[in-house]
Amino acid sequence: MKGFGKAVLGKPGFVDLLVMAVIILVVFPLALDIFRLNLMGKYLTFAYCAVGLVMLWGYGGILSLGQGIFFGIGGYCMAMFLKLEASDPVSTAHQTTPGIPDFMDWNQVTQLPLFWEPFHSFIFTLFAIVVIPALTAYVIGVSMFKRRVSGVYFSIITQAIAAIVTILVVGQQGFTGGINGITDLKTLHGWDINTDSAKYILYFVNGVLLILSVILGKVVLSTKLGRLLLALRDKEDRVRFSGYDVSSYKVFVFCLAAVVSSVGGAMFTLQVGFMSPSIIGIVPSIEMVIFAAVGGRMSLVGAVYGALLVNYGKTAFSETFPTLWLFFMGFLFVGVVMMFPEGLSGLYKTYVEPRQRRWMMKVKGGKGIPEQLNENARV
Amino acid sequence: MDGYSLSDLFSILVMQGFSGLSLFSVLLLMALGLAIIFGQMGVINMAHGEFMTIGAYTIYMTSRFTERHFPSFMPYYFIVAILASFLIAFFVGYLLEFLLIRHLYKRPLDTLLATWGLSLILQQVFRSFFGAREVSATLPDWLMGAWKPTPDIDIPLNGLFVMAMSMLVTAMVGLFLFKSKWGLKVRATTQNRVMASAVGINTKMVDRVTFAIGCGIAGVAGACFTTIASTGPTSGSLYIVDTFLVVVFGGTASLFGTIASAFTIAQAQSILTFFLTNAMGKVVTLLTIIAILMMRPEGLLRSKVRR
Repeated sequence: MKGFGKAVLGKPGFVDLLVMAVIILVVFPLALDIFRLNLMGKYLTFAYCAVGLVMLWGYGGILSLGQGIFFGIGGYCMAMFLKLEASDPVSTAHQTTPGIPDFMDWNQVTQLPLFWEPFHSFIFTLFAIVVIPALTAYVIGVSMFKRRVSGVYFSIITQAIAAIVTILVVGQQGFTGGINGITDLKTLHGWDINTDSAKYILYFVNGVLLILSVILGKVVLSTKLGRLLLALRDKEDRVRFSGYDVSSYKVFVFCLAAVVSSVGGAMFTLQVGFMSPSIIGIVPSIEMVIFAAVGGRMSLVGAVYGALLVNYGKTAFSETFPTLWLFFMGFLFVGVVMMFPEGLSGLYKTYVEPRQRRWMMKVKGGKGIPEQLNENARV
Repeated sequence: MDGYSLSDLFSILVMQGFSGLSLFSVLLLMALGLAIIFGQMGVINMAHGEFMTIGAYTIYMTSRFTERHFPSFMPYYFIVAILASFLIAFFVGYLLEFLLIRHLYKRPLDTLLATWGLSLILQQVFRSFFGAREVSATLPDWLMGAWKPTPDIDIPLNGLFVMAMSMLVTAMVGLFLFKSKWGLKVRATTQNRVMASAVGINTKMVDRVTFAIGCGIAGVAGACFTTIASTGPTSGSLYIVDTFLVVVFGGTASLFGTIASAFTIAQAQSILTFFLTNAMGKVVTLLTIIAILMMRPEGLLRSKVRR
């Protein structure tokens, strides 16, 4: 736990983390009704992807346009488990083949496909949510990074993979629920997930897991690995010539980002009650990048705010001005990249922090955080 | 494969092969522009599909205009309209390079995001101007109908036209790059930017013109596209992933590689589509491409420039 203490406690970044935790776990539940809170919970599940992208893109310089795939893996694993529980032989007695999910029955599938079988077990499902994305990312990562596919090439290929996965999921309607996805999810081990109390509990589980993911990210990035990632983002060849196996570091961070996204996907399914291909394709995947970009690509905490803000904006805009939403999103992409490449956290660092430091100097009588240390410490 | 006699199979192969050729033509035109831009500036233009849509809507507008005001000009308007779609896409590209892209040359990944934003904006602009419904231009009579070499084989004339068009444009791009003075500058900049500017080439201007020409070619792709399908605000984005793969697969900065990879991808897709389902044909093609790319990350033909 030495690394944990060093990375999290006692650093200026700790305050940011604490503020975020208070906002998520105290302010939101007190200020919002259950409907809005559930919505916030949904936005927070996208924050997992943004957190993963900060590690992957902000630090590693690897822009994956396919994070939706991993979000989808987690989401679909959870949805498959919940769907199997919802389609017990009693409640599906009216079907041609009782005991299989309804969409399979509609698509003339008469037997549960083999890859669905293990999802009867909750333990296996939890295991799958972590292991499958890690394996997928490992395979993709090894085959690309070992071959030194990087930069724009990597982005394009991950985007193509996202396209393939979406086409597959939509096309194999009998096995995946097609374009509608997996819907009508009701219970988790007999616990109704659609009641208000369940929604509260799931929100808190989600929030805690997200904060844990951010802490995990902070720990990982504060180690030597984090510094190596930065180094290889800026001058990959020099890191390689210094004797480091660059591709392994890239593979590791890609897998880590994948697992974090997948957990987010699973929480999405639990809170929203369905999973569909519209959340995993090219467009949502690239939107996840903008969450990270708005929050600040170098700030894990910022990514969470970015995801909240953009998604909130999306809901608010599409409720009142549906046609303006795409304009807003478009200008957000252009504006963030052109004017605020460091996102919200960059603005915070330039405008708020110096004041804060001056204020602390005044309070403590000249014993504020020295500028130099502060810059280095922030993860 | 039973049920098909040998001559049936042959006709299917010819017709699917031909529809593959139409797809090839559109992909090639799209990829040409993207490949020159990517080869020279290392920038991936996510809004490239929208430039194609600009071209397609230009054709639609000119066809409406001609129909209303100069009906007698109908048989010929298409040629003028293709020129117009090149020019309009060219100028929009020129403007955008000036306003946006040139600030981002040093950050290729950021360009990707910014141009994605641009494509969202453009799509919404199309939607507000032309409506969400798909429109199609009235084609001149000589583009309608089909050529029947045997009773079983139907080859649509518009497909032939699109093919001829893309061959023509490719040849012109080849001439431009390898025979003209501007092309010399473009190639010099692509190979070694610093040395090129040291010998007095205005590389910024070359960048701008190259970008605009790439967009213009996408406009022509859009013009061809209208002859085989109807145009909607998101038509261009349907092709964008395929186009990227064509460029990456072909190897950058290689005209011939782009042609070869556009051909392979289009043919594989349209022939597989017939024997498998539509979705599976596409999945198999894309997966194969990605697998090949993993073995040869530089694409089919690598450029011989030392980095």
